[in-house]
Amino acid sequence: MAAYHGAPMAPVVQLSSAVALLGRFPVLAGIDLEVDAGEVVLLQGPNGAGKTSLLRVCAGLVRVVEGNARVLGSDLAADPSIVRRRVGYLGHGSGLYADLSIAENLRFWARSATPGSGHPDAEIAEVAQRLGLGGRLDALSVSRLSEGQRKRAALAVLVLRRPELWLLDEPHAGLDRAGRDLVDELIAGAVVAGATVMMSSHELDRARLVAHRLVTVAGGVVTDDRPARRG
Amino acid sequence: MTTAHPTHASEEEASDSAGPTGTGSVATRVLGLFILVGGVLLAALGLALTDPDVQLGERMRPIYVHVPTVSAAYVLFVLNAVGSAMWLWRKSRFWDQVAAAAAEVGLVFLGLTLLTGAFWGRITWGVYWDWDARLTSTLVMFLAYLGYVALRGSMEDPAARATRSAVVGISAALLIPLVHKSVDWWRSYHQDRTLFGQLDPSIDGLQLFTLFLGLSLGMALAAWLLIHRFRVGWLAMQAEEGGLDDALAARRAEAASAADGVEVEAGGVADLVAAPPAEKEQP
Amino acid sequence: MAKRLSLFAAAVRLVAGKDLRLEARTRVGLAQVLPFAVLVLVVMAFALDAESELLVRVSPGLFWVTVTFAAILMVGRSAALEIEPGVGDALRLSGVSPSALYLGKTIAVALQLLVLEAVLVVAIAILYRTPLAGWILGAATLLTATAGIAALGTLLAALASSARGRESLIPLLMLPVLAPVLIGATRATDAALGTSDGRQGWPWVALLAVFALSYVTLGALAYRPLMEDS
Repeated sequence: MAAYHGAPMAPVVQLSSAVALLGRFPVLAGIDLEVDAGEVVLLQGPNGAGKTSLLRVCAGLVRVVEGNARVLGSDLAADPSIVRRRVGYLGHGSGLYADLSIAENLRFWARSATPGSGHPDAEIAEVAQRLGLGGRLDALSVSRLSEGQRKRAALAVLVLRRPELWLLDEPHAGLDRAGRDLVDELIAGAVVAGATVMMSSHELDRARLVAHRLVTVAGGVVTDDRPARRG
Repeated sequence: MTTAHPTHASEEEASDSAGPTGTGSVATRVLGLFILVGGVLLAALGLALTDPDVQLGERMRPIYVHVPTVSAAYVLFVLNAVGSAMWLWRKSRFWDQVAAAAAEVGLVFLGLTLLTGAFWGRITWGVYWDWDARLTSTLVMFLAYLGYVALRGSMEDPAARATRSAVVGISAALLIPLVHKSVDWWRSYHQDRTLFGQLDPSIDGLQLFTLFLGLSLGMALAAWLLIHRFRVGWLAMQAEEGGLDDALAARRAEAASAADGVEVEAGGVADLVAAPPAEKEQP
Repeated sequence: MAKRLSLFAAAVRLVAGKDLRLEARTRVGLAQVLPFAVLVLVVMAFALDAESELLVRVSPGLFWVTVTFAAILMVGRSAALEIEPGVGDALRLSGVSPSALYLGKTIAVALQLLVLEAVLVVAIAILYRTPLAGWILGAATLLTATAGIAALGTLLAALASSARGRESLIPLLMLPVLAPVLIGATRATDAALGTSDGRQGWPWVALLAVFALSYVTLGALAYRPLMEDS
């Protein structure tokens, strides 16, 4: 177990000159970024700027081929698997089995983190209920859900896994107003619980309100980094 | 410290082939010359100058080619397994290309083995094919490496392709002895002696030399083809990639063009749909 | 150590349970693969002119060829489940070890194959009028051969899952390396049915067990790099 050692203020994310390739294309072209514990960082930038890749690098899903990358105290180049089980990643694909019900998906993904123990059915049902997936929906197979409902289910998996670092790729997209409010509430709750959040969003007006910091990404590098105006 | 740079580590390993524009070199030309001269000598010795075998008679002659091709094929498949392991262990793209080249050249040699074997079978037993244990397992091996080459041909992402084909290459190498053993059992269940039981040539000095020459030539030809095939693969990889530095510079330049504003408006697209195409042509 | 082992076993159970539940929901195996397998037996009878003596004699071989065809479809389906959008990422983030994932999926495939084989045995007894005998040797053959087929198929299907033309690539990769299992299973079944000396069956079962073990070891080791570089 790699301890999250060092002073309490040691950055949760520490990238320096990090280069990441997608096939042969440098999606990240030498990125420098530090994120401290408890921060909410909003990534903005045009399509294809590298926001998604940045989040995937932090999740240990994309290898860093040059430069340094430490997340939650462990070196991503050495062993990304330690980082992976401590982060929560919400990507474009829901990561759900289309032919299983919401409840079955939640059970599988929650318990896969802690096989053999934890996550009793009652807890899972409660989370589903709170995210607006309770009752009849719970037993419906994912293939019959709308885009927004799938996103809620994917968020429910994150809630159950209680990650230390939340990596949210356009969490607001595809959700109704209540759903977007739910995302903001979850982010706030995660920060209260001591977690750190990085997200990309095109809903800038909304996302600015929850973010502490605005980081602009373009061409695979950070072009701007400033505190967010908080409402 | 990030020390593991898979891409760069392997480039250093093969820095000698970073610059070439072709696949030939002085060494390969010398090797090629040796193969040409040796080939002529082998043909003369194998076809005319050596005595027929005491038992097999003239049917001995294909052995001078058959044994070298099969030996080279085995060596190449072992090399494929080594290259595969080196990719998995070190993420060395150099070794991945070696593995790929070795499998392809090995397949050629194994194909030649099956072909010469079939002709030998025709003149010796009167049939091109028999479900003899050795023939069968050689054919199975040939098909297994066909699968390896097919897998490589059907994947784009270089890292995923390297890993997946490495797993196939290593499994093939590990499992083929077992395949051979089981096919052996399978055939011995039906017949007491294999057809190869007949083959007991008594070899004299010149015949032994010819066989040895054939073996060296087989290995030399395998090396020659391997080097060229490897260099083709390596150059193709370099050409596809360009330099990482250029790609990085181009990628960073995107940032400059987007710096004016986050939401870059592309010059307006309303006119694309505002008027029917026919009217748009009008001045 | 014991704790880690029990965690590992729990993860294997979780994955196998998930795959079996997916089959229970979709019934692809039951509604498509199983009828296909029975159909293959019928088509073989057409091809061999329904000559009953010949059918009885070759039924062990036909049985295992049919099982192999069905297995190719099953492992392809099993691997396709894991390439739905985001599922590959979610699996890598989940903390389930690649070996546990591999074993769980292998077990799920093996269990489904065993059910299919049970139906095919009955189908062969009825359609080909093959007299069934040698139950203990037969059961041992089914278990060991199925383990081998499932273990190898699960590995190779995962390996081919992101390649172009994976449907044809899976059998191309699978059949050469599976040749010994087909040989061994056919011979052992021959022995069980009494077409040959019964005592000659057990060495083949031992060989099948060796193969199953090698394939499982190979898969459990190879699954991690496969998941990393996808």
